[in-house]
Amino acid sequence: MADQTKIATGDRQAWLGLLARAPAEALAALWSGYGARPEFQWLRTPEIGGVMVRGRAGGIGAPFNLGEMTVTRCALVLADGTEGHGYVQGRGKTHAETAALIDALMQTGDADTVRAKILEPLTRQVQAARSARAAKAAATKVEFFTMVRGEDQ
Amino acid sequence: MYVAVKGGEKAIENAHAWLAEERRGDPGVAELSLAQIREQLSLAVNRVMAEGSLYDPDLAALAIKQARGDLIEAIFLIRAYRTTLPRFGNSTPVDTGGMACDRRISATFKDAPGGQVLGPTFDYTHRLLDFKLAADGAVPEAPTAAPRHEPTPHITKFLKDEGLIQDEPASDKPPGDLTREPMEFPADRPLRLQALTRGDEGFVLGMAYSTQRGYARNHAFVGELRIGTVAVEMEIPELGFTIEIGEIALTECETVNQFKGSKTEPPQFTRGYGLVFGQSERKAIAMALVDRALRWEELGEDDLGAPAQDQEFVLSHADNIQATGFLEHIKLPHYVDFQSELELVRKLRREAKERLEPREAAE
Repeated sequence: MADQTKIATGDRQAWLGLLARAPAEALAALWSGYGARPEFQWLRTPEIGGVMVRGRAGGIGAPFNLGEMTVTRCALVLADGTEGHGYVQGRGKTHAETAALIDALMQTGDADTVRAKILEPLTRQVQAARSARAAKAAATKVEFFTMVRGEDQ
Repeated sequence: MYVAVKGGEKAIENAHAWLAEERRGDPGVAELSLAQIREQLSLAVNRVMAEGSLYDPDLAALAIKQARGDLIEAIFLIRAYRTTLPRFGNSTPVDTGGMACDRRISATFKDAPGGQVLGPTFDYTHRLLDFKLAADGAVPEAPTAAPRHEPTPHITKFLKDEGLIQDEPASDKPPGDLTREPMEFPADRPLRLQALTRGDEGFVLGMAYSTQRGYARNHAFVGELRIGTVAVEMEIPELGFTIEIGEIALTECETVNQFKGSKTEPPQFTRGYGLVFGQSERKAIAMALVDRALRWEELGEDDLGAPAQDQEFVLSHADNIQATGFLEHIKLPHYVDFQSELELVRKLRREAKERLEPREAAE
């Protein structure tokens, strides 16, 4: 069983967040390329539910309920006793299962391989998609002729 | 009163079979896929998510297909599905200041830090039908420029730093939830904002327009309108920390409104706020105007008797599913009700006739 204390919460938050946000197809492709399928038992079989998303009045003030989003969650335990949790956006039971398995593997000796074969390429894909949108947005930035801006020099 | 009636099973079954056929339309025309609806009718999908109060583009696309494009029917389907979902919890309030903006404009500050970014907008199009879309054709790739990765600051922050705009005190008070407890009046601002963000776009637009035409005029400027994605975070009890559980597209509108000042407040601008799922800017601007109009009491303004100031009127009629449920139920069988009304009218007519007849006989 992995020594849970050695895993920084920040690292685990980062990979769980990435697995939650990642497009299910992109994760599935990388997972099928990974090959190994660890034995596990369910602690909680995949379950679809809703999470109430909140905003703040004026963007910064008192919280209010904006509406729900669909989320799928599950929890499992590997043969060596390592627990993995999956919380993913949408209604993807396989997506949640894959996320939980990767979460568990990231706490074992396989972490470096999983990071190199799945998390790093997934991060690159997600960042590339985000940059591509930001680049299109940047091209629609209005340049006022009356404006003098330092960065244009 | 609605009284159950029996019979008609076969007719209902056949009606639904015909509905399915009509939904499909001409089988010689290719069937729509959910992915086509999600990708190519994305603003309809956004409206169904916002008013259905459930962020899930695939489900909204399914609802639109099932409803034959009747968006209120689609919203009804989403609301019904939503009630079947167990609630895992509440997110921490989203940080719209950290939004990855597709669009960000200000009508008040030309040289807003972070720039005026138009995004994929209908603005400045000529609203002429584009017959090129009638024939299928490849779309050229949109131009790109060096992307901006740093967060885009809120415009109102600059006014707030100078003390020129009313503060928006942060709190961690859990907001009321109108999906859990029926709304009671007066409703506080968090409840009003929840009702408005899921309210009917047409209704909220009409109420907002009424304020612009002089009913509770409050001189709104769009201080900022931004559209983009934000991360959604939730604390996971079994993990003991907060993680991102997804990413959603939102439209946020902050209005900056005139305010004369009061006995306790120096003259300063006030705010209206709109935040809506998806790319829904008409709705977000309208929500901000109506939010501002409903704040008259807390800002020490006069009750002008305008409809947009009357929170019971606005909030009780903004929900298109409640409205359509009540409106459309009158088409369902009311035979017993109507029979009694019919009896009553006949009796009144008989009595009226009897009162007239003796007089006629005497003349």
